Amino acid sequence: MPNLLIELFSEEIPARMQARAAQDLQKRMTDGLVEAGLTYGGAKAFSTPRRLTLAIEDLLAASPTLREERKGPRVDAPEKAIEGFLRGAGLTRDQLEQRDTPKGAIYFASIEKPGRPAAAIVAEVLEDTIRNFPWPKSMRWGAGSLRWVRPLHSILCILSTEEGAETVPFEIDGITAGNTTRGHRFMGAEPFAVTGFDDYAAKLKRAHVILDAGEREGHILQEAQNRAFAAGFELVEDRGLLAEVAGLVEWPVVLMGEIGEDFLALPPEVLQTSMKEHQKFFSVRNPKTGRIERFITVANIETPDHGATILAGNQKVLAARLSDAKFFWENDLRTIREKGLEGMAAGLSDVTFHNKLGSQADRIKRIEALAREIAPMVGAKPDLAAEAARVAKADLQSEMVGEFPELQGLMGRYYAEAAGHDDGVPEACEEHYKPLGPGDAVPTNPVSVAVALADKIDTLTGFWAIDEKPTGSKDPYALRRAALGVIRLVLGNGVRFGLEAIMKSAFGPQPADWIIQSAKSSQAHTKADAALGIDESGLVFDEKQVVILDLLAFLHDRLKVHLRDEGIRHDVIDACLVMEGNDDLTLLVKRAEALADFLKTDDGDNLLQGFKRANNILTQAEENDGVEYSFGADVKFADTPEEKTLFTALDTAEPEIASAMQAEDFAAAMAAMARLRAPTDAFFEAVQVNAGNEVLRRNRLNLLSRIRTLCLSVADLTRIQG
Amino acid sequence: MTSRPSKPRSFQEIILRLQSYWAAQGCAMMQPYDMEVGAGTFHPATTLRSLGNRPWAAAYVQPSRRPTDGRYGENPNRLQHYYQYQVLIKPSPPDLQELYLGSLAAIGIDMELHDIRFVEDDWESPTLGAWGLGWEVWCDGMEVSQFTYFQQVGGHDCHPVSGELTYGLERLAMYVLGIDHVMDMPFNDPDAPIPLSYGDVFRQTEEEYSRWNFDVANTDVFLRHFEEAEAECEAILSQDHHDPKTAKRIVMAHPAYDQCIKASHIFNLLDARGVISVTERQAYIGRVRALAKQCADAFVLTEAGGYAGS
Repeated sequence: MPNLLIELFSEEIPARMQARAAQDLQKRMTDGLVEAGLTYGGAKAFSTPRRLTLAIEDLLAASPTLREERKGPRVDAPEKAIEGFLRGAGLTRDQLEQRDTPKGAIYFASIEKPGRPAAAIVAEVLEDTIRNFPWPKSMRWGAGSLRWVRPLHSILCILSTEEGAETVPFEIDGITAGNTTRGHRFMGAEPFAVTGFDDYAAKLKRAHVILDAGEREGHILQEAQNRAFAAGFELVEDRGLLAEVAGLVEWPVVLMGEIGEDFLALPPEVLQTSMKEHQKFFSVRNPKTGRIERFITVANIETPDHGATILAGNQKVLAARLSDAKFFWENDLRTIREKGLEGMAAGLSDVTFHNKLGSQADRIKRIEALAREIAPMVGAKPDLAAEAARVAKADLQSEMVGEFPELQGLMGRYYAEAAGHDDGVPEACEEHYKPLGPGDAVPTNPVSVAVALADKIDTLTGFWAIDEKPTGSKDPYALRRAALGVIRLVLGNGVRFGLEAIMKSAFGPQPADWIIQSAKSSQAHTKADAALGIDESGLVFDEKQVVILDLLAFLHDRLKVHLRDEGIRHDVIDACLVMEGNDDLTLLVKRAEALADFLKTDDGDNLLQGFKRANNILTQAEENDGVEYSFGADVKFADTPEEKTLFTALDTAEPEIASAMQAEDFAAAMAAMARLRAPTDAFFEAVQVNAGNEVLRRNRLNLLSRIRTLCLSVADLTRIQG
Repeated sequence: MTSRPSKPRSFQEIILRLQSYWAAQGCAMMQPYDMEVGAGTFHPATTLRSLGNRPWAAAYVQPSRRPTDGRYGENPNRLQHYYQYQVLIKPSPPDLQELYLGSLAAIGIDMELHDIRFVEDDWESPTLGAWGLGWEVWCDGMEVSQFTYFQQVGGHDCHPVSGELTYGLERLAMYVLGIDHVMDMPFNDPDAPIPLSYGDVFRQTEEEYSRWNFDVANTDVFLRHFEEAEAECEAILSQDHHDPKTAKRIVMAHPAYDQCIKASHIFNLLDARGVISVTERQAYIGRVRALAKQCADAFVLTEAGGYAGS
């Protein structure tokens, strides 16, 4: 069976797109071939800055012949119908077969689709793949209309067997496929012919191209570690940078250079960011000083002077870059000395946060007030939290962050330290953006927690107030992330507060005009009310309250997602969400965890069944009788020992559960519930609730109601499935 | 291609070598446009000529002004007035990368000793309503050129596509000549009877313009100039294509485009003076873009823009 080799040779493909493009080439080609009947043994795709390559092993030499039998009209059908059938099948009447069936004599056509040679199919699928390639961005060039990521220069496409290789006849917009390619731009530019994948990969290597990106990465990493180690240093590994750099070279040549003494006093993150972002350099640390003192750059060429010129040039560029960084750093420190952090932050009143939500300075005022309010609940001093909030975003006005936006927060920490803070404010400057995602660590320093919560709650209430909520996949203000941030900050630190009250404060300074509009859209879906179990006829809310409940429902939704990831079933969460105090997330989760544990035990599961049975009987009886059985069970009407035992058990359990709930000791409450299991089971075993005697029956129903009330005081067990 | 070219000795020698190299490749050697612009792209030989279906090949030096980059002549790399070398070829030839590398060899960059790389950099000019895909070209880690295949200009799809090369001349020359501070760079031959450095030519003007750009330029006057240029551009374009005096069809795309250039530069000046707030900034850029788009609309109705009569 033949092997197929395809190479699409172009001008430099952006590094970030190469790996994905190789995958897409493999998927689109193999899918297309298989769909056309060409199965294969194995496939592997490769990318370099100038080429995408696909090697397919053991491809069928031709697609299999397909036979299809088609049932036609009756033999005595009108002439037109028969002609139509013949046209559709592409046959003449004498090629049809007559068969007698219970419905009479019917024509059958046997159609044979002959298989096609692999080359023809490959050409078709390749054309389709090239024309519809899913590049993130593509372009035209010259006078043509073909689109590719950058100008496409040549196509290699061969089918090879033991007898030799044949070029697949293929042409697209003036580019004819052949059996040749070229090596490195400067060290192997002469074209050469290949006969198959192994020949191709070997000849490429001779022409200074390492085809496999993984091999290039491995080579770079190992060389870089060796260079650093040989000089007594250590490489600061960076996977993302490694992959990017491997996509910038076909023949990696690793060089190590020095960072000028002048720049070693810069914060290491500044050195690293500047080197990585602008120059794609790796950082190299001196283990003795802990400082970044060297860099590794990866060139794409071997030179007679062993890279001396290249290294000197890179060093010079780096010095110019770092002079800029040093200039910014020193200017920023001078600003801090002369005007303080708040002076640095002054310009934020000119920076618009959102045209409906005011400037950054407006926002900082809101965050400050909120941080002050939250501080006591997270163990921070209110004045300190307020001060941290005032300066936490000062670094947005620094020259350094202007140049390197990704250093926001971190520079804030350095500048707060420079301003003499050692009181948690520097940490808050850095950490108040956190956690940034599900994997990011949650701050624990109380001042950071206060400001981080205030920041996120202001963001959420602000955008809720102006009705800019996430819809579907659109979440331009990252509000889902902010909500998850609130949840993780609260749970991670065991923070106890009612979110509703905090949100009420947070909504206070938000623009009132917009809230009314937002409330209308909240009311459109009454999810907020449903989640809270509030019946619509009952309470009248003002607009602000509607928006608050809508936001709370959003937070509950995010909490469900978060807890589901932590392994807590959604029905368990639902059973807890409807309970009083559901805006205290720590309490809510404590309850849900206790319930989840309880339901995993034998007692829990059985009690749940007992509760459901009781509830069913009660619901039915209440429906039939039109009354609610909620009060008045009396032990003196207890007829059987099992009934009496259940009375006693409830008499014990009720105060136990009440006091456990009072102490928010859900585990103890669940344990008390568990002790009801045996008497409840025994009761149902021995006693018929719907007794003939109406007094006994009512008493028993009222007894069941005690079980129901007691269980529902812990969680809404009616929402538990199974 | 790998023969070792001799090293140039001055800033002007690098410009002269680029001129003769691109002339030998068949480009029309244009002269700088006689207006203040922020980059060589603004020259009508690039912006307007990249539109329409007529082939074009031009190269030129363009003095460029970026008032915000003024540093009173003190910064080793930053200038408010500098030179760009610009090449535009339509349709982009298939060997444009090789042609470009040839130009580096011509100015003395030895391909055997240096590391030349094409690193993704998509170009976009919000004021011109233009974008393209290409790279910044690195030589030993330093960006020495911008290489772009124009996809859209003035809101029009480019058919055929132009290939554009932009060299930052001072930076490139400093690298080739091994100079650390731009003002120390030899402008003419160091052995000339009167050797002049870049500083001899430009240090004083950098100082003068930096002061004027940042602190003195009369912002009220320039705000008014902006409005006037905008109004004039629109007035020009609203004229009937039929000229009553000559009875010819004359679409005044270039005079209108001059006003667009003017508005763009005035915006840069006002920006340097810090009188344009963040929110206003977008609005001003949008206004210049609207002018550029109207000029592009007009140009494609001219002969040079490929108009073949109605």
